[in-house]
Amino acid sequence: MNEKTVVIAMSGGVDSSVAAALLKEGGHNVIGMMMRLWSEPGSEAENRCCTIDAMNLARRVAAQLEIPFYAVDAKDIFRETVVQYFIDGYTQGVTPNPCLVCNRHIRWEFLLKRALALGADFMATGHYARMRQVGSGERGAGSGDIELLKAIDDHKDQSYVLHVLKQDQLAHALFPLGEYTKPQVRELARKFELPVAERSDSQDLCFLGNGTYREFLERNAPEVSQPGPMMNTNGEELGQHQGLAFYTIGQRRGLGIAAPDPLYVIQKDTSNNALIIGPKEKLGRSNLTAQDVNWIVGFPPEDPFRAQVKIRYKAQLAWGLVTPLDGNGVHIEFDEPLRDITPGQAAVFYDDEVCLGGGIIEYH
Amino acid sequence: MIYLDYAASTPVDPRVTEAMLPYFDQFFGNPSSTHIFGQQAEAAVENAREMIAQALNCQPHEVVFTSCGSESDNLALRGAAWAARQERNADHILISPVEHDAVSHTARQLADLFGFELEFLPIDEYGIISPEAVAERLRPGTAIVSVIHANNEIGTLNPIAEIGAICRDKGIPFHTDSVQGAAHLPVDVQELNVDLLAIGAHKFYGPKGVGALYVREGTSLHPSQTGGSQELGLRAGTQNVPYIVGMAEAFRLAQAEHGTRQAHAQILRDRIIGTILEEIPDTQLTGHPSERLPNHASFAFKDMDGNSLLMFLDIEGFACSSGSACKTGNPEPSDVLTALGLSREWGLGSLRVTVGKDTTPSEVDTFLGVLPDIITRARRLNI
Repeated sequence: MNEKTVVIAMSGGVDSSVAAALLKEGGHNVIGMMMRLWSEPGSEAENRCCTIDAMNLARRVAAQLEIPFYAVDAKDIFRETVVQYFIDGYTQGVTPNPCLVCNRHIRWEFLLKRALALGADFMATGHYARMRQVGSGERGAGSGDIELLKAIDDHKDQSYVLHVLKQDQLAHALFPLGEYTKPQVRELARKFELPVAERSDSQDLCFLGNGTYREFLERNAPEVSQPGPMMNTNGEELGQHQGLAFYTIGQRRGLGIAAPDPLYVIQKDTSNNALIIGPKEKLGRSNLTAQDVNWIVGFPPEDPFRAQVKIRYKAQLAWGLVTPLDGNGVHIEFDEPLRDITPGQAAVFYDDEVCLGGGIIEYH
Repeated sequence: MIYLDYAASTPVDPRVTEAMLPYFDQFFGNPSSTHIFGQQAEAAVENAREMIAQALNCQPHEVVFTSCGSESDNLALRGAAWAARQERNADHILISPVEHDAVSHTARQLADLFGFELEFLPIDEYGIISPEAVAERLRPGTAIVSVIHANNEIGTLNPIAEIGAICRDKGIPFHTDSVQGAAHLPVDVQELNVDLLAIGAHKFYGPKGVGALYVREGTSLHPSQTGGSQELGLRAGTQNVPYIVGMAEAFRLAQAEHGTRQAHAQILRDRIIGTILEEIPDTQLTGHPSERLPNHASFAFKDMDGNSLLMFLDIEGFACSSGSACKTGNPEPSDVLTALGLSREWGLGSLRVTVGKDTTPSEVDTFLGVLPDIITRARRLNI
């Protein structure tokens, strides 16, 4: 590739720092940008991905790489879209994945718009994923020619959170780390002498700070943080739950009920504030419907197709038959029942290494 | 890159660097030591004090060296407030709403933590404080009055001499932050009628990390940094000898070359103001059109984010600043612009362009040639 202007979305972490260094080494005109995201008032210092320390670290990396660095305020839009989506999801009894919304609306819309306005040809992130040009179209034509592929490093693959991308976004996207494993990236960080080489990976949701999501929801979604009855599938009350938001479908630990066989969270009955629990047999389901589906090629296939499906970011791939529905949904019949199909999470479809798209699992 | 941010900082003049160099290794002694090494260092510090005193038209013992303009403001406010409370039970602090944070945050702390009563003076649309407004608010219990000489954000000059005369008449200590002012204007503390005046070296081609506070003889002040008896007991700590030497030389040059520097800057400033107001729609000058720093042009652009503007300018090769800009991406209209009455849709889009003695007309023309297009692009992003 000839020299291009590339904005790298930085976080002060190892991945985006190495991505920036690789782009610079590749001879590109690189510009670092970092978003200032929303934190709960009072815990601004704790936001995991954009603390003052993280921002200073990103700034130091940028200075070392001799690239410009700009902080971009995204607090309001992040609060309105991502955080609200998180709270709404729990209020409705599902387990939302705010990172998907962040990628769709914040990183690949809000920030990309600013990157392109600055004159960038591409925006890169430290995500582990790859892309492949298929067909004959020129890159950037937005013609459905770009495939999203899993990363080489299966453990780190982040195509799951990128399944929301559209062709016109992929046309401007670069994922410099897709061909590397995490250990290789750490090695590169040491080779480039980046001050972030030994930083640990970020884990939880960035805006939760040092608190737990439980504390966050108690403050921000009190209606689903109220205790209520815990019932079996026959409607018999077995105890009290501490608030529906604090349980996930398929959860076994922390129910606090003595029973001969282990009990699992089967369902959340938000209208009665009841948590339905039962034995493992009641849990398994072999189908789901998902809505708000994004197809990477830009349009749904006409016929049902067999695919491997991921029902959570860290879930194992499961074979099933994916049937596009009218509107924007799909129905999936799995070959084997799955224990932890969770409304609110994404079901993402793969044809081997190719990510075909995905949608949000509906409440059943 | 074209540097148009001289109000933020200036490059150290090579003549200043040269003056400083011997004091890092050759004359490295502690000015408080008795031996010859100490005597050499002390002589350098006292020589610098004499130079600054001459430029300010005061006595050498009225000059206190500090680490920066902000520290000078801190010492002035806190030192005068504490002394006034102890000596005459005064606890009223009167400041303008367009003070630098070094003054306003110190006053705020004195009010919040130490029980002082903080009152803000009214300003007009240009950010000017009227002497009458000060006269109306002075009380026997006023501990200290502080009004900025030349505002850093909007460049407006205040009638310091008139305000000072009123305070003098009532026997109330009067401080002015002249960190910007002293870099560009003749500063005669007798004419200005001030009791306290803060300067910082890096605004006038001296090094960062050194400043001074003028303390009129007889002004009661408590030290805000205690320890040894350096600086007449007002500011403990071994003096930063090379930087003090550098500041003195830089200040001497600033005052000696004041006429040529001002003439040079003012032509460029007026070209910037005229062109921008003429060529860019929905733009207003912030601060006073003529009663302003000779090198300082500042604007508010409607419906624009100052952060985006600075980013575009940086990418295009221009270094400017914005009252609303923050390196951590937290844009809020500044206290100063809010005090001027600017609404949020104007206040977020501020731009400060400040020229220096080495700025060339062609640099300014290059900047003015591309700015309208950059503003258009930055505004487009705001939708």
